[in-house]
Amino acid sequence: MSKSDLAFLSNDLIYASMAICALAFLVFAYELAWSIRLGEEKTTLTRRQKVIRIAQALTILYFLLLFAGVVTRGLSAGRVPWGNMYEFSITGALAFTLAYLVASLKFEVQWLGILITFASLLTLGTAVTLLYVPSAPLVPALKSPWLVIHVAAAIISGGVFLLANCIAAAYLILEQVEKKRAGARPEWAVRLPKLETLDQLSYRLVALVFPLWTFAIIAGAIWAEAAWGRYWGWDPKETWSFITWVGYAAYLHARVTAGWRGKRAAWLCLIAGSTFLFNYIYVNIWGTGKHTYSGL
Amino acid sequence: MAPALGFLICGGAMSSSQVSYDSQPPQLSGIGFARWIWRQLTSMRTALVLLLLLAIASIPGSIFPQRSQNPLQVNEYYQTNPEIARWIDRASLFNVFSSPWFSAIYILLFISLIGCVVPRTWEHFKSARALPPITPKNLERLEEFHQFSTNWNESELLKHASSELNRRRYRLRTLPDSIGAEKGFIRETGNLLFHLSLILLLIGVAYGSLGGMRADVIVSEGETFTNVATSYDSLSTGGLFSIDDIPPFTITVKKFTAKYDLVTNAPIDYRLDAQVVDEPNKAPRDVVVKVNKPLTFGDARVYLQANGYSPIVTVRNSVGAIVLRGPIPFLPQDGNLTSIGSIKVPDMQPQVGFVAKFLPTFERTVERGGFSTYPEALKPVLDLAAWSGDLGLDSGIPQSVYRINTEKLTQIGLDALSPGQKWELPNGVGSITFDGFTPWVNLQVVRDPGKAYSLVGAVLILCGLLVSLFGRRHRIWVRVSQKDGDTIVQVAGLTRSPGLDEEIRTLVAVLQEKSEIGKEDNVKE
Repeated sequence: MSKSDLAFLSNDLIYASMAICALAFLVFAYELAWSIRLGEEKTTLTRRQKVIRIAQALTILYFLLLFAGVVTRGLSAGRVPWGNMYEFSITGALAFTLAYLVASLKFEVQWLGILITFASLLTLGTAVTLLYVPSAPLVPALKSPWLVIHVAAAIISGGVFLLANCIAAAYLILEQVEKKRAGARPEWAVRLPKLETLDQLSYRLVALVFPLWTFAIIAGAIWAEAAWGRYWGWDPKETWSFITWVGYAAYLHARVTAGWRGKRAAWLCLIAGSTFLFNYIYVNIWGTGKHTYSGL
Repeated sequence: MAPALGFLICGGAMSSSQVSYDSQPPQLSGIGFARWIWRQLTSMRTALVLLLLLAIASIPGSIFPQRSQNPLQVNEYYQTNPEIARWIDRASLFNVFSSPWFSAIYILLFISLIGCVVPRTWEHFKSARALPPITPKNLERLEEFHQFSTNWNESELLKHASSELNRRRYRLRTLPDSIGAEKGFIRETGNLLFHLSLILLLIGVAYGSLGGMRADVIVSEGETFTNVATSYDSLSTGGLFSIDDIPPFTITVKKFTAKYDLVTNAPIDYRLDAQVVDEPNKAPRDVVVKVNKPLTFGDARVYLQANGYSPIVTVRNSVGAIVLRGPIPFLPQDGNLTSIGSIKVPDMQPQVGFVAKFLPTFERTVERGGFSTYPEALKPVLDLAAWSGDLGLDSGIPQSVYRINTEKLTQIGLDALSPGQKWELPNGVGSITFDGFTPWVNLQVVRDPGKAYSLVGAVLILCGLLVSLFGRRHRIWVRVSQKDGDTIVQVAGLTRSPGLDEEIRTLVAVLQEKSEIGKEDNVKE
């Protein structure tokens, strides 16, 4: 198969994965709508669990298709598929979905699927419509083993940070809902985890991935020393990754030392997460630094 | 409760409440006030606020163009909004990272960190050899409180509890009716390591910028660069840098090759073949320099940073004598290496200057004039505008080598030359021949003596972080007492990390099991 065939195959796989993802989203949404209408009767609960399982199976299928799409994209360019923003986005959606699938093995987070599929659709939709660039070789500065190490660490930490943010957002929404009903939950939300569980979960995800984010920055600095002649130059990307680092460091500090929990902690988590998104979107597309690889 | 509270406070990380102080400055003068300031500054709350401030203060550095990264954009800002630009400059917003206010924040942070961490490290060192704290009075107020009764002997039970906790590597304090156990000192060790390494990182950054240097030089293919201060095009040095620190190497640029993607015009590969002499009288060696593969000379490194074209021209005067000959570096303006430059010929009467554009792959439209459509020299053209008069080189005001101040000049003609072509200037002033072109490379010489410290600091930061996040610190107490002939066993603990419930549950299960066996033994007797 020639390289351009692979590039076309990759595009087809990405589109197919989006279709399945949309389907998974619809099934998740159907299940949610159903539970809001019918409430928590026992018979419907098991049937609803079946629906959830269908939605999860679709999410796994979507994940596999996306994985194949990312791999063929890499093969078509003869390198890791992390050379421009289109590729960062599809890999980011992949990491984000993987974080969700892995987390749902250990924790009760299947219900997050509706948010995950929606966010993935949004990411992939933006990628194929606004960010798409043809498959091409890397510019000289990106030709380094550090590309794999630095970018993989950054993408994985980004995916998990965003997952933690989804959970923090879910916390804030549920907290608001419970407040309105004086501590009681509406029927659709009964089976969702307790507020404390959500609070703990987003903290654990951040604590788990913060060292990886630190590593991503250090790896980037080592690479920058080899490619650009300095390990830290306050390039906009560097500046904002530092801001994200400080944001999450403050979050961890506030939880461990000052004992922040609940609403305040969730907001802090969201602020730190939004600096990450800002870095990804604003700096890549409109920024002026050395990290502008969007190709747009 | 006192020791337990102490543990809670210094459990996970540093806390400001360790040192109690009033939020109002005391009505003391001199030393009292200084001590109050010092305590404020070195409290952890202040350190955190300073860290957040540092993050916020760096935001304008990513919004406004920075002189250190993009001086051309700063100039553009000055041209479009001179009045606003002047105000921005007054607030140092074009030099955020070397501005007084940014430096103030990080110097305060540095002091605050030292004042916060060093005494704590000492405390930690002392407490590492201290015994676990005395058992609190009311165990039921602590976490994971368990109570059960047994008819087993008190001291036997305590002995079993000690051996069980010992096996799990707890350090113990044995009291007449209870034991205190403690594990996970490594968590605080990691926490301190993290903060001490932050200081090391800051030292590395400071030392690197004080003792370091950064210089740029443009070298055309075939030329040789000798690493002495006078051969640089630009040089910036730190306060502690001495000119003797520059290693005396020479680099001869033999060949520069650039490969581009035919579809996107983006560069694929830059390769510089060069010959290097490390020190005078040493044998030369051949090297290849690439973007990710700099040259290393001691603690200085040489980077391949940019490239462009130097058109080679010969300028003759009215009698045909050569007044200028050689490659002249031009400055690339876009990805297709449309390059601008100037050719100044002061040794003619009157002086002549050429405002020039080099287009590696020539194209011309009415709207844009001449421009390049591909970065490789497929159809090279030199666009020239000849000016005659006073170049202003003797005025003492430094000039850009790429631009000509045309104030005291008059234009005498325009032409576009292909390689080998000659242009006879009007009025018999002379002629210019476009002989060809050669690539130039921008070599950046960087010396950063602090980077090894920064790297060690960064790696230790990561180690400290991992240990302090995933190390588990628990305290467990076991107390026995007599009531109506039975032995009452109380177990409780204190922690900031997950897993204490598991630890205590298994401990209780083991003790209950043991005391069951003990009971049977008693019955047998």
